Amino acid sequence: MPVNETLSTYSDWTYNSAAGVYVFAIMLYLVEQAFTRAPRKEAVAAGRIPGLVEQPKPPKQELTRSERFGRMGAALTVLGAGLHLASLVLRGVATGRAPWGNMYEYMSLLCLAAVVTWVVLMTKFPIRKLGGYVLAPIVVLMFLGGTVLYAEAAPVMPALQSYWLVIHVSVISISSGMLLIPGVASILFLIKNKNPEKFPKLPSADVLDRIAYRSTVVAFPLFTAGIICGAIWAEAAWGRFWGWDPKETVAFVSWVVYAAYLHARATAGWRGSGAAWINSLGFAFTVFNLFFINLVTSGLHSYAGL
Amino acid sequence: MTAFLRNTWRGLTSMRTALILLFLLALAAMPGALLPQLSLNAQKVDEYVAQHGWWGRFLLKLGFFEVYATPWFAAIYLLLFVSLCGCLLPRTWEYFKQARAKPVLTPRNLSRLPHHAQAETDESPDEVIARAGKLLGGWRKNTGDATISAERGFLRETGNLVFHFALLGLLVSFATGKMVGYEGQVIVQANGGQFCNGGILNFDTFRPGLRVDGSDLTPFCVKVDGFKAEYLDNGQAKSYQADIEYQSGADLDAGTWRPFNVQVNKPLRTEGDRVYLLGHGYTPKFTVTFPNGVQRTNATQWVPVDQFTLASEGATKFDPPLTDAEERRKNQIAVTGLLAPSPAMHGTILTSRFPALNDPMVAIDVYRGDLGVDDGRGQSIFSIDQGMVEQGRLKKVARKNLAVGEEVALDDGTKVRFDGVNDWVSLQVSHDPSQVWVLIFAILIILGLGVSLTVKRRRFWVRATRQDDGRTLVEVGGLARTDQAGYGEEFTRLAAVLLSKET
Ligand code: HEM
Repeated sequence: MPVNETLSTYSDWTYNSAAGVYVFAIMLYLVEQAFTRAPRKEAVAAGRIPGLVEQPKPPKQELTRSERFGRMGAALTVLGAGLHLASLVLRGVATGRAPWGNMYEYMSLLCLAAVVTWVVLMTKFPIRKLGGYVLAPIVVLMFLGGTVLYAEAAPVMPALQSYWLVIHVSVISISSGMLLIPGVASILFLIKNKNPEKFPKLPSADVLDRIAYRSTVVAFPLFTAGIICGAIWAEAAWGRFWGWDPKETVAFVSWVVYAAYLHARATAGWRGSGAAWINSLGFAFTVFNLFFINLVTSGLHSYAGL
Repeated sequence: MTAFLRNTWRGLTSMRTALILLFLLALAAMPGALLPQLSLNAQKVDEYVAQHGWWGRFLLKLGFFEVYATPWFAAIYLLLFVSLCGCLLPRTWEYFKQARAKPVLTPRNLSRLPHHAQAETDESPDEVIARAGKLLGGWRKNTGDATISAERGFLRETGNLVFHFALLGLLVSFATGKMVGYEGQVIVQANGGQFCNGGILNFDTFRPGLRVDGSDLTPFCVKVDGFKAEYLDNGQAKSYQADIEYQSGADLDAGTWRPFNVQVNKPLRTEGDRVYLLGHGYTPKFTVTFPNGVQRTNATQWVPVDQFTLASEGATKFDPPLTDAEERRKNQIAVTGLLAPSPAMHGTILTSRFPALNDPMVAIDVYRGDLGVDDGRGQSIFSIDQGMVEQGRLKKVARKNLAVGEEVALDDGTKVRFDGVNDWVSLQVSHDPSQVWVLIFAILIILGLGVSLTVKRRRFWVRATRQDDGRTLVEVGGLARTDQAGYGEEFTRLAAVLLSKET
């Protein structure tokens, strides 16, 4: 099927606009951060219910100026996600296949998953101010995706033409995107936990730990399922379901690291920073798998060479 | 001694050890992704070792180029395996004990719990308890004297155990597959070429499991009738498929052939084995007419040297029709060179511009002399022995570009004609009877994981106490294991309903 050039051009435009909108959102979040005064001590010491998380929302008050900026940032994040989604859909229509057949597309889907996860978490936890920290790595990834990894819209190789591709790659990229959130949260946790006084504007270590755990717990089974779908696909396409191809290996390693994270949370002496280190490590492996393995070593994974 | 054993066992099966072993496993698996591996690309391993001197040899000795087959890797996963078994046995025991046990008694001081609320009411304690009993419909309850202890989410433990047992099962099935499975590759001409899974010698390469001696491979035969590929304009392959016929089981005796279309993502599955289409290439056909008029035609596969244009190289070898063995050996002929499926000429240099066949051409060097094939050493079918050329026992006697039907004449009147090109396909036969079990356990792993990570185990307590003024004090308390965060809403809702009769 021939590629529809017009649509693929529109797809590129929406991709770039989405990245631009995210950059604006980051700036607004930063403004919010800058203008927020640190909560006073009494407010930090939470009430009886630990986690102060699902407490009923405080009654509506006049929005302060910094809150207005934050809300605009959140609104822009949602708008960016909409454009981002549009760019993927347009690519899909332009090429007549699922829009995750090369690294650029894969990266784009991953970033979208991260943004959507973040938006969902924002509705549940009082963490809007952290938006900048989350969007910054996403914008970096999108920039790399749109420049270094960019690939023209085209059909995919024979080995990639399978409905297992659609399932495997989408599940893996969505779950990897979701894992970006606990990665960022764990790193912030480590910063906050080291010296709570010095970073009064970050949410409490408790909240950060909880965000990391909650998002990992959703993303990890998905990631597991993604790897298993990959094995099913490999069985049909490459003649074996598991062959220690570099990409498979690193996926296995990150999987084991996340299993270690869940164990650490249940092991005395490892909760807290121990677990947060492990989670950050897991994220490091995920990113490593994305770049290093795809670009430097070449395995069977066909978008390795871009 | 027993104390030592017991302590070792305790240590090995503790959560901390499991954690450390998981780390070690991750760490030990990494070199396999960073260094070339023998099982994937032996040639790259050779290059690496050659380039890195003593460091390369050191890594080679320690098994870093076959990480997943080394004793140290095995040691880690075996320890983890033992640790997992040792961890699961007592937990399973505990699980069944807890499944029958009643929820723990209500703690004396509910206000110490993470979730707590209280209110006074005019209802009697019995009424309150009855109401609470109804409210806690789906919970496991232990109703005592004016108190209820309730628990929910035991399914979490079920999920956790299912997950870990499935993990165990997956490891065992995986290992079994490595023992009794095999993989063999073979090149078959795609113009009716035939292959039978009769023994190891029928394969070009064969990788047996530890317990495979090749004496009882599943019998079946495959005949390749044709191959089709489609390409994009830039030479990227769009689809591959091979039309085959196969015989297995009763068909072997009956002699029936059944048609099948093998594609890259669609292997032939028969008798529990799979036959894959791994790749393809071209086989040029040459006819040599010797001075005495005898003609010999050979078609040997050549190997693609460029994946995008399928320019291929190879060596097609001929024995002359001479009766004297010595003379025959000294006058062998080899046609070597480059095959361009879609030729492009740069001056007199032939290259290929596209992978499909469009008036193919060959640029050949014809050698005559002793090919060295009779000395007992194996020789690549894709090349000639350069040693023989250097010794002058094999001489280049012609160089020419030929289109289909063209021929070149040698000095002694021998003629070499390029007749045309056929496709070959490379097939892989895979045998792994336990892979279906790996799949089943993998599915159980996801289910177990999903349940164990979404269900929360939590407790809810109610106590109703008659006070001196005759009113009833209702206290409720809650505790969630592992993750408190999700419990707040549910607790608040339950507490609100129970305490709503407050005055
Ligand atoms: C083969 C390596 C292992 C892997 C990959 C693994 C993986 C996991 C994962 C992913 C979880 C979280 C999901 C769940 O709660 O069900 C978990 C939980 C758990 N694992 Fe393992 N496990 C392994 C070995 C072990 C061993 C050897 C032990 C015993 C010491 C163990 C004890 C536990 C316990 C007690 C939990 C529950 C933690 C909680 O309550 O959150 N696991 N494991």
